[in-house]
Amino acid sequence: MAILLTKSTKVVVQGITGREGSMRAKFMRRMGTNVVAGVTPGRGGEEVDGIPVYNTVKDAVKNHGLFDVSVTFIPGTGLKDAVMEALDSDIKWLVMPVERVPLYDILEMVAYAKTKNAMLLGPGSIGVNTPGIGVLGWLGGSVEFASKHFRPGHVGVISRSGGQSGTLPYVISQAGFAISTVLHVGTEPVTGMSFSDVLPLFQEDPDTDVMAIFGEMGGSHEEEAAQLVKSGKFTKPIIIYVSGAWAPAGMKFSHASAIVERGSGSTQDKISRLKEAGIIVVDNPNEIPQWLRDFNTQGKLRVKTPQA
Amino acid sequence: MARLHEHEGKALFKIAKMPIPQGDVAKTPEEARKIAEKIGKPVVIKVQIWAGGRGKAGGVKFANTPDEAEKMAASLLGMTIKGLYVEKVLVEEKLDIAQEYYAGIIVNAQAGARCPVVMFSTEGGMDIESVPQDKIALMNVDVIRGFKIYDALNLANKVNVPSGHIVAVARLLVGLYDTFKNFGCRLIEINPLVVTKEGKVLASDCRLSIDDSSVIRHPELGIQVARESGTPPTELDRIAWWVEEKDLRGTCYFAEMNNVLKGEVHGTIGFHGMGGGGAMLGVDGLNKQGLRVPNFADTSGNPPASKVYRAAKLVFSQQGIDGYMLGGFMAANQEQWHHAHGVVKALREELPKRPGFPVMLLLAGNKEKESLEILREGTKDLNARIRIYGGERVYDTVGLAAEMKEMVLEYKKEQKGKKG
Repeated sequence: MAILLTKSTKVVVQGITGREGSMRAKFMRRMGTNVVAGVTPGRGGEEVDGIPVYNTVKDAVKNHGLFDVSVTFIPGTGLKDAVMEALDSDIKWLVMPVERVPLYDILEMVAYAKTKNAMLLGPGSIGVNTPGIGVLGWLGGSVEFASKHFRPGHVGVISRSGGQSGTLPYVISQAGFAISTVLHVGTEPVTGMSFSDVLPLFQEDPDTDVMAIFGEMGGSHEEEAAQLVKSGKFTKPIIIYVSGAWAPAGMKFSHASAIVERGSGSTQDKISRLKEAGIIVVDNPNEIPQWLRDFNTQGKLRVKTPQA
Repeated sequence: MARLHEHEGKALFKIAKMPIPQGDVAKTPEEARKIAEKIGKPVVIKVQIWAGGRGKAGGVKFANTPDEAEKMAASLLGMTIKGLYVEKVLVEEKLDIAQEYYAGIIVNAQAGARCPVVMFSTEGGMDIESVPQDKIALMNVDVIRGFKIYDALNLANKVNVPSGHIVAVARLLVGLYDTFKNFGCRLIEINPLVVTKEGKVLASDCRLSIDDSSVIRHPELGIQVARESGTPPTELDRIAWWVEEKDLRGTCYFAEMNNVLKGEVHGTIGFHGMGGGGAMLGVDGLNKQGLRVPNFADTSGNPPASKVYRAAKLVFSQQGIDGYMLGGFMAANQEQWHHAHGVVKALREELPKRPGFPVMLLLAGNKEKESLEILREGTKDLNARIRIYGGERVYDTVGLAAEMKEMVLEYKKEQKGKKG
C-alpha cells in the first residue's frame, strides 16, 4: 500500500545501537526499507550495518535532510522525549515498537503529535509490512520468514495483537492468497492510531480488495470500525475475529470506564455491533481462508500479484 | 493496573492537599482504640481490602466510644470478606453527611479523545453506572493545556452545585487531577465525596489504580506486583513479577486465576501461552474440551530463553496439574528458538519427576524449523507423552485441545492404576 510506505520513504531509527534497534534496523534494510540514518545520544560517528549514527535527530536532519518516518527502539520511560524530539524535527509519522510506556506520557505525546499533524503508530506496535516494498518496525520477524509468507497481494490485514499480525499473513499465504499491507495498531492502553484511522488508508489503496482483522476485547477499535462501515466511509469487505469471549479473570475495568464507553468493550457487544454493520465475524480465525476463497470465486478478490 | 488500598490512596490525596476525614490505619484492636481516642468523637471502621460493596458485606462498622472501636476492630480484623483476608482497618471520624457526590478520572482511549476524562456528579453514594447520563458532568482534558480551576468550576456548575461549597468542590477536583497526573494513575474514583452538615467537602472514600507502566517511577508506593488483579498476588504471582522486573527484555506474564467451567472437568492444564491474542485462543480451546486452566501465562515480545524458562517453571510449580501446554497459537515474528531452549531446560528438570506426563508443544513462525528441532532433540529421551507441532496447526485450537484431553485421560487412568 503505497500510501504509507514507498521505496523512497526516508527512515531514521531512534535507538539504533540497542539490542532490538540494531537487529531490526538491519532487518528493515534487507526488506527494502530506505533506512538512511540512526540516532543514539553518545554514539554519534559510529555505524550500524553501514547506517551512520548521530547524537540527535537534528544532527541527522542536518546531514540527510528531512525524514518521512522515525522508528523508535527506545525504553518505555524514555519514549516521550524521543517522540517529541522527532516531532520537533518535522517528522510526520512515527512507528513505535515500544511497550511499558507510562500512560500519561502516551497521552502527552499523542496530544503533541496532534498539534504537529503527525501520525503515531503505537506504542506497542511491531509495525507495518508492505510486501515487496519494505517494513517499518519488525513485523515479519526475519528476512527468511517474511519473504516466504508475506508476499504482495490483495488482502489488507490489521491486528491488535503483535503475534497475530504475523499469523494472519501466514495463514492467508498458506491458503494461496497474499497481502497488500499488514499493520499492527499496538498493544498499549492508548494508541496513536486506531482501526478507524487505518481503514480509510486501505479504502484508498488500489491494491487492497478485502480486509482480514484480528480484534480483541476491551477498548473501542471494533466499535469505531463498525461505525465507519455504517457511515459508508469504508466499503470493502471485512472479515474479523474478536478474541476474548472467554476472558481472564481480573481484566475488567471498574464501573467508571463503563460511563465513558457506555456498554461497549465486551466481546459480545463488539460482535453484535460489527454484525449490525454487515461485517463478517468468524468464530475462529481459521475460517478466514474459506471466506477469502468465496470472495475470490465471486470475483471480489484477486489472488496475487505476479512475481516481478 | 496496580490497585491501592483506600488508606494508601488517601495518603496521596493528602499530598495534593485534598481534604480527607481525620483518621489512621490500624492492624490491631488496640491501635484502633488509640486512633479513636485521638479523634475524640464517633468513628467509622472500614476494612481495607480490594473490593467494592464493603458496607453491604459487613466490612464497615460504627463506634461511639474508643471501647466500642476496639471491639469492632477486633471483630473485623482476621475476617474474610469476599474471599479476602482482613489485615488492616481504617478508623476515621464519622461524618455528619448532608450530601453525597461522585468524582472520578479515567482515560478515554477512543479515537476521538485519547485523553483523561474528569467526571463529576451530585448523585454519589451509589453505583455510578446506575446514574443517568445527564446527571454526570464530563470533561475531556487537553493534557498540554491541563485541568484548570475554572474547568472544575464549570463542571460543578453543570450539575448545579450550590455556591456555598462549589469552590471547595472545584479545588478538590483540581487536587484529584494533580494526583492522577503526578502518580501516573489509570483510574481514580471518590464515591462518595461528602458534603457535611457544616458545609465541609471531604473525600470520604478512594478507589485508585496506578498504571502498570508508571509503577516504575514510584518506588515510594511500595507496589509489589504492578498488575491488575481482583485479589492480592499469590506467591507465584510475586515470583513472576520478580522475573519481569529483573529483566525488561520481552514479557513474562503469569497470573493464577479461578477458571470455573460449566459441565464436566476432565483435567487441569498448566498453560504457557504466547502473545495475548494467541494465549486467549488457546485457553478458549482447552476450556471447550472440559480442561481447566488455573493460570494465564504469556511470554512474548522476544524474551530471552532464561525468561521463558522461568515462566515454564512457574507453570509447572502449580499444584494438581495434569498436563503442560506451550500454546504458541501464532506464527511469531520473534525468533522461536529462545522459547525452544527455555522450555526444553524446564522440561528436562520437571519431566523426570512426572513419568508419562502429557506435554503439548506448539511453536510456529520465525525460525520454526530450527526451534522444532531443538524441542525434538531436547526431549527425545524423556519418559513423557510429548507432542510437538508447528505452523500447520497454528489455529487448530479445537484439534489440539482434543488431543490434549485424550492424553490427560490416559495419564490420569495410569496414575490411578499406580495408586490402586
